[in-house]
Amino acid sequence: MHTVVAIKQVPDTTNVRINPETGTLIREGVPAIINPYDLHAVELAVRLKEHFGGKVTVITMGPPKAAEALIECVEQGADRCILITDRKFAAADTLATSYVLARAIEALQEEGPIDLYLFGLQAIDGDTAQVGPGVATRLNVPLISYALHIESIDPEARVAVVHRKTERGIEVLRTRLPALLTVLKEIAPVQRAPLPNLIRAARYKPEVWSSTDPVPFDQDQIGIRGSPTVVGRAYTPAPRQAGDIIRVSELGLQECVKRALQNVQASGAVDLASIVDAKRPTDGNGGEHS
Amino acid sequence: MTDETAVKRIWVFIEQEEGRAHQVSWELMGAATRLSKELEGSQVEGVLLGYNVAHIAEEAYRYGASRVYLIEDPVLEKYRNLPYSVGASKLVQKYKPEIFLIGATTLGRDLGSSIATRVRTGLTADCTELAIDPNLKILAATRPTFGGNLMATILCRTHRPQMATVRPRVLPLPEPLPTATGELIRESLDLSEDDIPVKHVGFIPREGGLNIEYADVIVAGGRGLGSPDGIKLLEELAGLLGGVVGVSRPLVDAGWISYEHQVGQTGKTVRPKLYIAAGISGAVQHRVGMANSDFILAINTDPNAPIFQIASLGIVGDLYEVIPELINQVKAMQQGTERS
Repeated sequence: MHTVVAIKQVPDTTNVRINPETGTLIREGVPAIINPYDLHAVELAVRLKEHFGGKVTVITMGPPKAAEALIECVEQGADRCILITDRKFAAADTLATSYVLARAIEALQEEGPIDLYLFGLQAIDGDTAQVGPGVATRLNVPLISYALHIESIDPEARVAVVHRKTERGIEVLRTRLPALLTVLKEIAPVQRAPLPNLIRAARYKPEVWSSTDPVPFDQDQIGIRGSPTVVGRAYTPAPRQAGDIIRVSELGLQECVKRALQNVQASGAVDLASIVDAKRPTDGNGGEHS
Repeated sequence: MTDETAVKRIWVFIEQEEGRAHQVSWELMGAATRLSKELEGSQVEGVLLGYNVAHIAEEAYRYGASRVYLIEDPVLEKYRNLPYSVGASKLVQKYKPEIFLIGATTLGRDLGSSIATRVRTGLTADCTELAIDPNLKILAATRPTFGGNLMATILCRTHRPQMATVRPRVLPLPEPLPTATGELIRESLDLSEDDIPVKHVGFIPREGGLNIEYADVIVAGGRGLGSPDGIKLLEELAGLLGGVVGVSRPLVDAGWISYEHQVGQTGKTVRPKLYIAAGISGAVQHRVGMANSDFILAINTDPNAPIFQIASLGIVGDLYEVIPELINQVKAMQQGTERS
């Protein structure tokens, strides 16, 4: 079974700081990590390889530094890693990114059959969740996003049953293979890398593809030229007007709580006293679907 | 007579399941109506796909659509990416809308990317604000990025439609106009079940059915709870107020409570009437999910916690003292009402 996983190296957004003067990101000192969802996609691919045999190929589009992320994938158990890197790819939006990844996958398809494509649900730096669905659409393969669990997979019969998480519950979907899944973290717990993988990764050098070699990408569809969206303006979120701050140590507990409830009542947001038979929004469908 | 091809169509995808419209569709209809006032020659229209769903068009007119494009087909009975994206893309190619808005639900995020890819246009995900750029007369779609640390306004200058998704509850629900009517345009899909490689073979309904996005009152806790037992205290207060429990991400990561309760950038966006934040420091990733709440009551032992910067009222104190006292005083108020 051959699985292709697409990953992204991202800044660890929990450590991102903003320069308050300029409103721009301070990138120095922000560690780069494998997008957390993508780790689980790689793990799933490795688990499938252990079960069915076959291989795991990992691809990423990014700066040369993204090779680090690919080497981590080798530690996890990936067999082959491809770094698609070229200054011409820079400033790609999701449409241009899905073009590059889909075109790269088409080139891999020419080398031999692929049974499954895995993407993380979304990247934590952009949170768009668009690239996986975009690639599935371009490759014209079935898409299952928000994949939670693989109930069964049969590479011989070319069919899989996958659980997909939605707001209302879990859809159980049967799909033809090859298919493209965008996965949630629950799809496969990440395990510690075994020693032989670490040894192999220490010496591993990812393949590097440019915008012309070995795949002649359409230069009109990549990077900024291939991106219909542009950032018009970026700024730090405007703070909401802060209200009073009262201290239990100064006013005492009872007085603080009394003032808080008076403030809530006076705001008219809710009438606390009237909520006796409070309706709890427990209907999974009715509340959302008016 | 209006020139059909000159109309700038602002489209809203009307999300429905089992014949019921998702409220985010009407929130978007309200946004589309506001955009339409800024964009000369524009009109607001709905796109409705499904099976036996024509009745929803009537609702769409009341929320501001002057026209609804409807594709009804048995293969559309339950959402699947292929038939929905093929159907919606076909409508886009035929009627050439200027703007196309979709709810950023699991369905909408799945569908939106596929439509944008099929018609080769730009899609801005999870917007929190939509406007018409006054000079360029195009959609200015603003979204949080880098984990909510930065807001970016995205433009799609040359490709059409300009597409955007917006999360539920980010935009207010407009008042419906009970007498409004509109025009229904039916189109066909021309796909058969054999063309569709994905089949629904089962459904496991969500346990508990928590619906935090549409709760009026949320009692939320963060790291300051210190132990999973603190959640019981939040539940007691939430129960009294007819609300639900929310949490910041560390509590979900620690496995104290399920993801459904998580508020913030990687959780749910909420805009309740009352949001009580107990022991939540207020990192930006949490704030982007709740800063639109009507009244924010923050309780924290640290007077410098960022949550106080957005709180309508802040109490510097120990939540294990303040919440039990809130429970006492709310009970007293409610008993007072019952007696009177």
